[in-house]
Amino acid sequence: MSDEDKPSKVLLGPIFNNNPIALQVLGICSALAVTSKLETSLVLSVCVIFVCAFSNLGVSLIRTQIPSVIRICVQISIIATLTILVDEILKAYMFTLSKQLSVFVGLIITNCIIMGRAEGYAMRKGPLLSFLDGLGNGFGYTIILMGVGFLRELTGSGKLFGVEVLQLKAEGGWYSPNGLMLLPPSAFFIIGFMIWALRTWKKDQVDAS
Amino acid sequence: MENYLNIFVKAIFIENLALGFFLGMCTFLAVSKTVKTAFGLGLAVIAIQVVTLPLNNLIYQQLLVPGALAWAGFPDADLTFLGLICYIGVIAASVQILEMVLDRFVPALYNTLGIFLPLLTVNCAILGGTLFMVQRDYNFGESCIYSIGTGVGWAMAVVALAGIREKMKYSNVPDGLRGLGITFIVVGLMSLAFMAFAGIKL
Repeated sequence: MSDEDKPSKVLLGPIFNNNPIALQVLGICSALAVTSKLETSLVLSVCVIFVCAFSNLGVSLIRTQIPSVIRICVQISIIATLTILVDEILKAYMFTLSKQLSVFVGLIITNCIIMGRAEGYAMRKGPLLSFLDGLGNGFGYTIILMGVGFLRELTGSGKLFGVEVLQLKAEGGWYSPNGLMLLPPSAFFIIGFMIWALRTWKKDQVDAS
Repeated sequence: MENYLNIFVKAIFIENLALGFFLGMCTFLAVSKTVKTAFGLGLAVIAIQVVTLPLNNLIYQQLLVPGALAWAGFPDADLTFLGLICYIGVIAASVQILEMVLDRFVPALYNTLGIFLPLLTVNCAILGGTLFMVQRDYNFGESCIYSIGTGVGWAMAVVALAGIREKMKYSNVPDGLRGLGITFIVVGLMSLAFMAFAGIKL
């Protein structure tokens, strides 16, 4: 077993060393759109971890049977089935949240992390490793999403998980919320700066250009 | 006629899928290094969008909405929960066909687009366009216009970003921010600028 096939490395690598959002540039759309609140970011992250891990497992199990010409269709139908499952569960048990997430639950299908991992990893490796890889990439995604959600909700509306942390000026406190942080462009800036921080810490990730 | 024009302009500027809704970001950021590739990708997105969106509209309106299967003797059938898998199936098949066509006739473009061609299937802009079409209940004509509008809007945004990034070569960016980091910030600024369109009422 070579070094990169170690289960612990497969699971933990994507969190900082090979983060799906910061280094592989995958799965950014939802990272921008749902992070104005921590609650929505958390729910979407859990959904993504679930879909990513199980789609990797599924694809890996049947990888030798898939003719390469139609592999995308096969991968996508596995992912879509899992996503419909998540969507129906959310609608049944967390209706208001699922309304807030609107099209973005459906867009888990097109979350490039999931597809990218299925195509780039699960097609080549065994089921257990692929499952761990899916989990690891899901966690890597979660960590960025939660970080962005934390900053945006705290500075944009002075709350965390809907609980007031900074007292707002409008209610006699001292904090005047920064409206820009609730608008989508702020997510770009935050992720940009996060990448900057991550790459200053881990020098080997700096782009060669 | 006015309605169609309205949808078209709105899809390009006011509700630009890339800069207004942040859909299709992965390919948007990764393939915008040179104007030439960006242009090729933009064309591919327009092609896929124009094929799949009206097709999905037909599937939705004729097969999936509650009561659509009345002609087959199922007046109560509501198949909307099958929507996601149908739409993505149509998209995946079209992408695969486009991939084969490009491989056969335009190998140069096929090689530059590389892994991003299969990833067009998971381009959120394409599925997102379809989901917005469903949400807004467009009819067939409207969805054709909407597909062209969103495709052109996305292509325009990606070419514009590639233009900016080509110029960025001459600037001295701090090490850690180079590449992806600065691109995020540039896109952030672009989308701030595009938010100005949001005030326009047609």
